[in-house]
Parts: sequence; C-alpha cells; structure tokens
Amino acid sequence: MRNLKTDYFEDLQLFKDGLQLFWSVVFLLLLFVLPFFVKTYYLTIINLMAVNVIVALGLNLLVGNTGQISLGHAGFVAIGAYTTVLLLKAGVPFIFALMASGAVTALFGILLGIPSLKLEGPYLAIATLAFGLAVTTVIGRMDFLGGRMGMNVPKIGLGWTGLKYDQSLYYLIVIITVLCIIATRNLLKSRIGRAFQAIRDSDIAASAIGIHLTKYKLYSFGISALFAGIAGSLWALYLGFINPTLFNFILSINFLVIIVLGGLGSITGSVMGAIVLTYLNLQLEDVVDIPVLGDLLLRFSETFMTTTGVSNVSWFLTGFILILIVLFEPLGLYGLWLRTKIYWKRWPF
Amino acid sequence: MLGQLIVSSLVVGSIYALLALAMSITYKASEVPNFSQGEMAMISTYMTFVMLSSFGLPFYSAMLITIAFAFLLGLLLEFLFLRRAKMPTPLNLIVITIGFQLMLYGLAGWKWGSEQRQINLPFSESKVIYQNDFFALTELNLATLAIAIVVLIVIYLLIQRTKLGLAMKACQQNINASKMNGISANRIMAITFGISSVVGAIAGVLVAPILTLDPSMMWDPLLKGFAAAVLGGMKSLHGVVIGGLLLGIVENLFGFYISIEFKSVVAFAIIVLVLYFKPSGLFDKHYLRKV
Repeated sequence: MRNLKTDYFEDLQLFKDGLQLFWSVVFLLLLFVLPFFVKTYYLTIINLMAVNVIVALGLNLLVGNTGQISLGHAGFVAIGAYTTVLLLKAGVPFIFALMASGAVTALFGILLGIPSLKLEGPYLAIATLAFGLAVTTVIGRMDFLGGRMGMNVPKIGLGWTGLKYDQSLYYLIVIITVLCIIATRNLLKSRIGRAFQAIRDSDIAASAIGIHLTKYKLYSFGISALFAGIAGSLWALYLGFINPTLFNFILSINFLVIIVLGGLGSITGSVMGAIVLTYLNLQLEDVVDIPVLGDLLLRFSETFMTTTGVSNVSWFLTGFILILIVLFEPLGLYGLWLRTKIYWKRWPF
Repeated sequence: MLGQLIVSSLVVGSIYALLALAMSITYKASEVPNFSQGEMAMISTYMTFVMLSSFGLPFYSAMLITIAFAFLLGLLLEFLFLRRAKMPTPLNLIVITIGFQLMLYGLAGWKWGSEQRQINLPFSESKVIYQNDFFALTELNLATLAIAIVVLIVIYLLIQRTKLGLAMKACQQNINASKMNGISANRIMAITFGISSVVGAIAGVLVAPILTLDPSMMWDPLLKGFAAAVLGGMKSLHGVVIGGLLLGIVENLFGFYISIEFKSVVAFAIIVLVLYFKPSGLFDKHYLRKV
C-alpha cells in the first residue's frame, strides 16, 4: 500500500482508496437500516453518542489542533440548546433554529476568545471555566428561559417523513453528525486547519511565517463553539426538557475526557472517544446487574463499604480506566487503533 | 456590619488561600494544576471524621493521623500515576489528576454514601471570644485564622529555610540541572505532592464545619482556590495567598451588598478582567516565551 502522497489533491481526497470508500459506504448503509432492526432504546443511545461526537469534534479542534484549553464547553452547549428552544417556541422551523443556534454560539465563542488571546495554561482554563459557570448562573436567573426549573422542548414536525418520531430524530441527528465529521475533516485539510496546527506547534514561529494569530485563534474558538451550539440544539431535541443544572462543570470535564480518551487532534479519536465513553457511562450506572461480578461486588460492599453507595463504583471505575488509558496509551484509543493496524500490516516482522 | 463582613471574608479567604497555596506548590513543581486536590482534601477530612467519631480519638491526635494520611495520599498520586505517564504533557497529566479525582470521589461515595455529616471540631461556632463595636470573633473563626496563619508560616519556613525547600526550588527552576547536582528529582517531586496534599487537607478540615461533610463538599472551594491562585499568579507563593484573601473579600462584599446568587460569577468575572490586563496574575512576572 502506498503511503506517500505525490500531489496536493491526493491529500484533499476524502477517501484514500477504493477499500476505504467501500467500508465507509457499508458503514453508512448500516447506520441507515439500523432503525428498522433495533429497539428504540438503542436508538436513543446512538443519538446521545452522536451528540457527544459533535461536541468532541469541536472541542478537539480547539484543544487538539489549536492547542488551547477549554473547561467551559458545557456553556456553549447550553447556549445552543436554549437558543433552539426559544426559536422553536416562537414558531421558527427547526432547520433555521439549528443554524441560528450555531451562529449565536459561534458569536459567544469569539467573545470568549477575545480575552483569552493572551492567556495560556491554567489561566486560560480559569477564564473558560468562569464562562461556563456564568452562562448557567445567568440562565438560572432569567425567568423567560424557565429559570432554575427549566423548560420543555416542543416536538418538531417530522411527520412528513412517515416514520416514528424516534426514528426520524435518529436520522436527523445521525445525518448532521456525519456532515459535521466531513466538514471537520475538510477544514483540517484547508489553509485554516493547517494554520491551527502551526499555532499549536509553535505560536511564535507561526506568526513569523505570516499566520495572523488573533484571527486564527478567534476562528478556532468560534468554530469550536459552533459545533457545541449545533450539538446543544440536537441535545435539547433528544432530551425533550432542559434546565441549567444539566450544563454543569462536570459536563465540560466529561467532554475534555472524551477527546483525551479518544486521541487529541484526531477526528477518528473524537468519534471513538465519544462512543466509548458514552457507552461506558451508561453501562457503569448499573454495574451491580452484571452477572457474577455484581454479586461479588455487593458482598464486598457489605463487608467493607456500604451497599447504599455501591452505585458510586462507576465513578471509581471511570477514573481508573481514564488513568490507565493516559498511562499506557497517551494517544488515546486512536493510538491503540493505529498500533493494532500497523502491527497486522507488518506481521510477522 | 462592614467590620463583621470583613472578618468573615478573611476567614473564608484564608481557606481559599490555603487551597490556592496547595495548588501553587504542585503547579510550580510540575506545571500541572492538580484537579484532585479537592477530593484528596475531602478524603482526608473523612479520615478526621472517622478518627473523631468512630475511634473517639482526641482532636489533636486525629489531626496528626490525618496529616500523615494526606501526606501518603499525595505521595501515592505522584508515585503510582503521575510518575508513570508515558507522555507527560500538561494536558495528559491534568487528565490523570481528573481520573484520580473521580476515583477518590467514587471511593468516598461508596464507603460513606452521599449523606451529609457533621464533623465535631473542638471549636464552637457560637461561642464569641472577642467582641467590640465593629465585629465579633467566634472561636471557630479565630481557630481558622490562627491555623491558616501557622500553616502559611510553616510552609514559608520550609521552603525558604530548609535544605528540602532549597531542593524543591532547584527542581522547579531547572530539573535537569538539579539532577546533575545530585538531587533526586523524583523523590522531591513526590514530597512536593505530599506537602501540597497536607495543606489541602488542613483546608478541608477547616471547610467541613462551615459546609457539611459529604463527597462533593470540596467542589466549590477548590474552584475558588484555583481561581484565587490564578488571580495572584500561580507561581508566586505570596501572590496566591493575597489572591485568596482578595477573592474572599470581593465575593463576600458583593454577595452581601448586591446579589448573593451572582457572587461566584462576579468573582470569576473580576478574575477574567484582571487576567486581561495582567495575563500571569497580579503578582507573577509575565515572561514572554521566545522561539
């Protein structure tokens, strides 16, 4: 298999070769026929995964590709979700509400980006954290946004598809996610994406070769927020009910964990991280129900711990898995995948 | 009223200052803001709680055991996890500390449940020790301030006057040069985490009677402590202490006179504003990196 690229357009191609094209088409077809074979419960899990994929793509652009850090992405998701709900209540069709939430959130991203231009490391972390905190507090105080009680999300008109609501919601979310993945991939191959990576590797060198640091850092914040806004919009639809406490600091941390788990600066990594962590979070919630281990765990809890707090094991295990991944595979799941692939390609050498 | 307000701000501020100091000590050594600091303090506080209520030990011996436990916990974090990282970039190390935080949080919830408990320190919250026209000082307030000041002085002496402190400073400035001069950098790093954990644990014990003891009690104080450290400048030890006190005062005055609900938000907004003009905090020199 060739690994060298001989011209620029080869680098831009979406699919490297026929084999990759074939598997991508198979995968998309699988996603397409899935709703007719699995239960609604699994569709909602896939929806949640897809929403997390979108946020992870955006956050990875900012953290993995541009080298900035954000502890306030839950704030952007909140802004996207609330904008959508407000517009839907005003009678705006969903597709415009989606675009508007993206635009509004991107604007907030640029606003946050301006004071953050000079900051780095923990200073940037605190500035973004402050933003996330401020958004939820302000929303909690606004009565027309439902205050602390939150508000219901109106169902959107998807009846024309002739499918059940859950099925059509699944198609909507999955299609937008696939579009987001393709958009990110193309963005990274463009001048802007390469500027991002130059800033990450060395901002001083990047500005020396003529990359406008202010402009591209703001782009990065803006685009990252745009993705979070779109995800927030879809998340509101998926949940059917939103309130400010959903978008807390733990959610921001969760997004950060997703991209580190998946692999920084890689699209495959974002996707894998979001899928695996969402699944893990859901599975570990009822860890006691696992056949043999669950019983052992209960007996252990009775002797040494308390049985009432046994659900907290999920926190413990998530933390432990996270540490193991960072210790043994710093490039995340994407690194693991890459190593496996190379191992089999070179086998038996 | 203002006098009373300032006293209570200083009490809260001194707790923030301790947490900020704890974050700053490890940040200087490893360039990593330790997100598990709060949970380490929380577990250590539970240790005090168990020693006091289950074993019925007197407060001072319980405190000694807690300090030893916190020191070991800090060593454990460095020795088991941070040291083993294959690619020790700041972000990877931050994620390790987040993982450790989740582990400790889960462990505490597993062992003690999420119910809120009362910790009985020998300082009462209602007994007034000193009173004049402007403010009244309760026993707990006085004890908090006194303990915080003692800890700050001890840490100052430790860093400025002992051989260990000299080695810590050397490792912070240039780790390779200090290795060449015969300092075991790994051991110093582990001890640094231990000391920072002890400072955090003392802050935790002081927070517990103000809030209640439960697994998530340190979330808010830790964020404030981190913010205070950033306000003062993460790398300047006197800066983070002043940052903590300032944050306490700003937060309480705003909370009392304008709006209690927005007090955290405004505290953070002021920090962002300060950072806009002084990107490395109030008391830290801003170094411009060169190529």
